[in-house]
Amino acid sequence: MSVDQANVRRIARLARIAVRDEELPHLAQELNAMLAFVEELNAVDLGNAEPMTSVLPMQMKMRQDVVGDHAGPEIVTGNAPISEDHFFLVPKVIE
Amino acid sequence: MTQPVDLTLAQARDALHAGKISAVELTKAHLAAMEKASALNCYVATTPDQALAMAQRSDARFASKDAGPLEGIPLGIKDLYATKGVHTQACSHILDGFKPDYESTVTSHLWRDGAIMLGKLNMDEFAMGSSNETSYYGPVVSPWLPNGWTQDQARKALSGDKKGLLVPGGSSGGSAAAVAARLCLGATATDTGGSIRQPAAFTGTVGIKPTYGRCSRWGIVAFASSLDQAGPIARTVQDCAIMLRSMAGHDPRDATSFDAPVPDYEKSVGASIRGKKIGIPREYRIEGMPAEIDRLWNQGIDWLRAAGAEIVDISLPHTRTALPAYYIVAPAEASSNLARYDGVRYGLRVPGKDITDMYEQTRAKGFGKEVRRRIMIGTYVLSAGYYDAYYVRAQKIRTLIKRDFELAYANGVDAILTPATPSAAFGIGEKGSADPVEMYLNDVFTVTVNMAGLPGLAVPAGLSSGGLPLSLQLIGRPFDEETLFSIAEVIERSAGQIQLPKPWWE
Repeated sequence: MSVDQANVRRIARLARIAVRDEELPHLAQELNAMLAFVEELNAVDLGNAEPMTSVLPMQMKMRQDVVGDHAGPEIVTGNAPISEDHFFLVPKVIE
Repeated sequence: MTQPVDLTLAQARDALHAGKISAVELTKAHLAAMEKASALNCYVATTPDQALAMAQRSDARFASKDAGPLEGIPLGIKDLYATKGVHTQACSHILDGFKPDYESTVTSHLWRDGAIMLGKLNMDEFAMGSSNETSYYGPVVSPWLPNGWTQDQARKALSGDKKGLLVPGGSSGGSAAAVAARLCLGATATDTGGSIRQPAAFTGTVGIKPTYGRCSRWGIVAFASSLDQAGPIARTVQDCAIMLRSMAGHDPRDATSFDAPVPDYEKSVGASIRGKKIGIPREYRIEGMPAEIDRLWNQGIDWLRAAGAEIVDISLPHTRTALPAYYIVAPAEASSNLARYDGVRYGLRVPGKDITDMYEQTRAKGFGKEVRRRIMIGTYVLSAGYYDAYYVRAQKIRTLIKRDFELAYANGVDAILTPATPSAAFGIGEKGSADPVEMYLNDVFTVTVNMAGLPGLAVPAGLSSGGLPLSLQLIGRPFDEETLFSIAEVIERSAGQIQLPKPWWE
């Protein structure tokens, strides 16, 4: 399988990364190099192998559903590029 | 006379306990060495005031006889670890200015045990790279001199375009270079596909990626969560054992963290390996492997045999598939983990005409080329219509890779010996600019271990024809790091302590 420039534009959109038109040919070439590299996996006999979900057998732990340590709003918004009154500010999303 | 920075971690610990040196003296010696080595670009942030304050507290604890296992030991911390109130940016532009209000579990274990933080270490952006060249803060220069170079020549290149100087490997390039250049007694690192073992191998240092789950991932910037593991890089096997004991341990905040007591790994260093069964996987004898790597491997086999180990040929038939499968699994997980960098909650923000444009502009500017490429390939392999063909297939292959190892271990193999890297360190700017896959091949021997969740250790075993360090890798059974430390010490002793480069950069 390989990608063309239209595919690259769609992937970039899904990944929320802006790309300029002049970048598309080079990006397509790089992604195709990676896809060509993984191509050989198609020849592997998978037998009855299940897809891996956990690399080591481990029992998922349960815990009480209680409030633990938590940072206050000051701290949570403390690293935001723009915030006001403990809210994150973003461009308008609802008309 | 031995300078304080030339001590191993174990020697420094003993000197501190014997009162031959104070934690403040030891810390000051490191801060001075760091200042003189700033051109190597190992540290992206230094914390001298914090280091001296921690050292004073250590000296007070020595005085009151309640010193911890790492009391007074100055360490460097990879920029991937959250350190409270201190630069934590995964060497990415997108985390510009980020200072967490929390401390990673692993670093908090180190401070609990008395260690001292010197600063944050350079790395490939989001740990994606094998040469430390993808860092937003620029490449790290290896302290090793290129073949045939004079010190003057290297100093000139260092103050110029750095061309021809060597990479320290990656992604934990700053960690490995700082340890090799004696800018800390040990460093934290992380390993997703080889990021501890490959840079350790390139710099003549020792690095261990413990079993998945041995160290908590809480507070470590996530790259590929099912593969990421924390571990130490240090100058000796013993030093790694000392550090890992403090770093490891269960953490209720990481659901994949392993709930079992942490052994005293140092006790395994120097233990006999008589009767241990060491597997030699034939699939690691890859096409085009340099003869000197093959020789090194055979030398390692001879050393272990001489120490009483039993050598057996084994087969790990899916070895070849590990690297391509990794380049599906790791980018897929990365594309998901890195979705959080959106210009809203932390780091860089580039304004846009609406919110989507703001996301897109922020991520285009904030992520470097390699990271953008991996997010995009990860997005593609997870997208509708391709998920089964790529991602599910890769996860099935991962099951097969793990099964190969399980079969070997079921047949009584205690550990597996392989080369650590397919070559010695290469030059800055030399690889991967035309084809990204060229760089990925660095991890061909290490990546299988992450795919199977096993412990892996790289230990220096000799020098290349160009005078550069070469290492062997040991792969162990799950949670049997102790056997790796015992075998690695045999290799270390047989090879003779590697002579680290003299400080030509000062």
